[in-house]
Order: sequence, then C-alpha cells, then structure tokens
Amino acid sequence: MPDISKPVPAVTPDLKEFFAGAREGRLMVQKCAECGQLRFPAREFCSNCWSKRAAWTPVSGRGTIYSFNVMHQVYHPGFAAEIPYAVVVVELEEGCRMLSNLAGVPPHQIRCGMPVEVIFEKLTEEVSLPKFRLRGDAAQGGTR
Amino acid sequence: MSAMSLRAKTAIAGLGQTKMGKVFDHPSPTGYVVDAIRLALDDAGLKKTDLDGLLVNPGIVWSNSTMASVTLQQVMGLRDLRLSATMNLGGATAGAMIMYAAQSIAAGMARAVACVFADSPLKPPAPAGERKEGGGSGAAYAFARGLEAAYGQYGVNAQYAFVARRHMSRYGTTSDQLGAVAVAQRQWANMNPAAQFCDTPLTMADYHASRWVVEPFHLYDCCLVSNGGLAVIVTSAERARSLKNPPVYILGMGQGHPGGDPVETLVSGAPIAKEAAFRMAGIGIKDVDFCELYDCYTFTVLVTLEDYGFCKKGEGGPFVADGRTAPGGSFPVNTGGGQLSSFYMWGMTPISEAIVQVRGQAGRRQVPKHDVGLVSGNGGILATHSTLILGSNP
Repeated sequence: MPDISKPVPAVTPDLKEFFAGAREGRLMVQKCAECGQLRFPAREFCSNCWSKRAAWTPVSGRGTIYSFNVMHQVYHPGFAAEIPYAVVVVELEEGCRMLSNLAGVPPHQIRCGMPVEVIFEKLTEEVSLPKFRLRGDAAQGGTR
Repeated sequence: MSAMSLRAKTAIAGLGQTKMGKVFDHPSPTGYVVDAIRLALDDAGLKKTDLDGLLVNPGIVWSNSTMASVTLQQVMGLRDLRLSATMNLGGATAGAMIMYAAQSIAAGMARAVACVFADSPLKPPAPAGERKEGGGSGAAYAFARGLEAAYGQYGVNAQYAFVARRHMSRYGTTSDQLGAVAVAQRQWANMNPAAQFCDTPLTMADYHASRWVVEPFHLYDCCLVSNGGLAVIVTSAERARSLKNPPVYILGMGQGHPGGDPVETLVSGAPIAKEAAFRMAGIGIKDVDFCELYDCYTFTVLVTLEDYGFCKKGEGGPFVADGRTAPGGSFPVNTGGGQLSSFYMWGMTPISEAIVQVRGQAGRRQVPKHDVGLVSGNGGILATHSTLILGSNP
C-alpha cells in the first residue's frame, strides 16, 4: 500500500521522462549529448562541458551504497512513524549517484559498499519512486 | 613577476563581540550589527567617522536586503565609505571579508574597514529541547541530488552526515574520535566566560548519551545556535600600532573552494587555501602555535586538521583522540570552545578567539605560546574555505 502521506515529488517538465520511465519500471538518468556525462537530477547544463543538449537514458538499476545517514528528527509528518530511518546515496554502476531509501534493511545494518538494485514504489498513478533493495549474495543474509 | 607580499601590512585593530546565545535584545540581526561595530570601535579606540569600509556577512537572512552593506550603512549613518560589500561564502566569509579588507587597505583603497557578522535565528521563547541546524543559508544546499523530500532527506545535517559516514567507512574514523573533539572543546569552553556552555562540563559518556540528530552525529557533534553579533576592524599595521590594543597582524591569507562532490573527495578547501596563506606568512606546519578551526561539526575539525597536513589524510581520528588538542595538550585547538561549545557566529567565532589569544588576553585559557595562529573558515558541505595566519609579530 503506497504511503501517500509522504511528500510526492512534482512531475515538473524537466523530470517528465524520468517519471515516465519510473512508471514502467525503468530507471532513467540524463546523459550529456556532447560528452556523455551522466547526471541526476535533471540540469539545464552539463557541469562538465556546459552543453545544453542532453537525452534521458535508461541505466541498469544496479549500484552500491555509497553513503548513508540515519534520520532521527521529524521534518515532515509523513516520516514520523519511520523514525529512525535511513537515507542512502547509491552509486549506480554507470557512475552517477542519487539519493534513495533502502528497503528491507534496518538502518543500523546498512553498510557502505552493499550491492543494491532498483525497485519502484508506486505513489500515485503518475508518480512511481525508485528505491533500492539488496542484490545478489547480499540479499541472502546481510553483509558486514 | 613575484607577488607583492602583504605579510604583516595590515592588522586587526578592534574586536567587538556582543553577548551570545539566547539573547533577545533586538528584533532583528541589524541591532547586533550596530552593537558589535560600536564595541569594535571602542576596542580599537576609533570613532564611527574613522570607518571607511564596511563588509557584511549576513546570517540566515542573507537574501534579505535589510542586512546588505548599503542598507546597514544607512542605518548607521556612515558617510564616504570607500569599500562596501555584502558577502556570503558561508563560514568562510569572515576570513574572506578580512582578507578583502586587508588587500584593499594595502592597495591604498581604504584605511579602516569593519567586517561584521550578526544573526538572530532564535526567536523568544526558545523552543524547549529543540535544535536548529547550523548554516541555514542556501549555500549548504547547493549540492542537491534530487527528490530529497520524497526520500526524507531534510536539512544540512543530513547532507554532512553522508560525508562523515563515508570518512568512517573509508578510514575507520570512530564515534569516540568525534566525541574526543567535543569533549576537548568543552574543556576550553569551561574556561571561557563568554561561552554558552561555560558552566556545563561534558564527558565522553555524556557525549554518547546525547541524542542522535542525524547519524553519525549526536547532539554534541553539532554546533550551537546563537543570537549575537561580532565585528572586527582592520587597519594598516602601522595604524594598529598606534591604537588601543596589541595589533593582531595578518600574516597570511588564502581561500580554497574545491567544487566536486565532498562525499566522494572527503576533502575541504584547506589544501588549496593553505598554499597562498602559508607562503605569504613564510611559515610551515611546525610554526603554528595554535589553531582556531571552523567547527560546524566535530567532524569538520577532524577533516580540517588532515587537510592542513597536521596528520595524514584519514588519520584525523587518532590524531584528535589522544587529548593533544585539549587544555594542557601539545596542540591547542579551538581554545574558546569553538562553535560546538562557545557560540555560533559562523567564521567570526574562530577569528575572535584567535585575536584574544594572539593579544595575550585569554586569561585562564591563554595558550602559552601564541605568536602564530591558524584560523580556518568553512562553508557549505566542505564547499568553501578561508585561511588566515594571524600573529603577534610583524
């Protein structure tokens, strides 16, 4: 059951293709049309070559936990019931990094380097949110 | 062409520091600006009409024009200024303001420049037991990763925590080592009558028992919140010698703003800023008698020590854990308690303590050897950095 008491991201024009992919279970990131650098979230300019030309490209959805925190304060009532909860930075296989949550792992068992794969949580008809779960051997019984 | 050296051409001649913390003397930061500048002028033995430069670092209201230098000039009735700017590099601004003042004075553009920070984020009555974050300016949020709110990512503590966690994962830095910074600085604060925590000791057990803010940060890993204002007056070295207090010579200046992703690099701007500052001052690491390091978090102190080269990268944890930075130790750091335990006036906090120490006016907490002090400022998530080398001898 999707928790719609949390903030639902707005489908702004620059994120239209991201959410279109998410609805279909595909993780999309922006790729600079000039130099190929990947980036998330959407930006007007490539931070590497300053090009304004970019296209959305699907990525594998595989990555590793790059870092994480554990939140203990309620900033929004939609998260109150989950305190403490973790926010993670995932480094995708393809190189770029994004924020997310890690499903199915208690916050204090999260470790940098855990291999993860993307899943999608449907919040509304329009908005599905990428989240991650452990992948491979890590999914079997946890890692150090 | 060799660079013209500005070493010891200018000095800090005045320090004005209001009461700090839960003070509610004024309805907005403006009042603390005026108080701080008045105190600084008195401290220097100067008059309002002597000022010909005004540099301002607004606090969390930096986008509000009431704290712009041109507005404050009108509030204070200052005439014929030759230098004016509103600046914001977060916690690096104080150092940047002082070096801009110094460069301008050395260039003959101005003679007596006031550099001021003031903020009043606390509204009466202060919420019981609640903690506000440090550094609420937009600069801290510049490195956005997208969809933050949807994932429950709020505030600057949550971003900084990613950097600290990765440092712990990569280098083995421990919670105890972060706690050692907090405990050492509280010991200094307990000797500082102006410190908000002057009368409250802190043990390692207290530190671990303090509530989590965002892991890996406990309450006492995070800086205070303060209302107040702090101003310094910069003049030529020669003029400072003719004024009331011992000159605090500006020996070296530098800035460093690395860009990139701090969660990846785990490095501040110190390695960049250090170069120009140490070269100008003609010093090396061994010449530094004490450090006043920007400490929005305990973690920031640890990384800064690594980045100046006092220890190897990644070894900041063991370096601080043996007590050397505490009172009685071999390497005094944040000798007034810092922003963790004295008051949070962004980059002016470490600068104010360095001035008092260099002047030899630190009383019970006076560092015996105080000829050369290293002062750092840091803004955003390790995004901006300023280095000042301050000293007692030109």
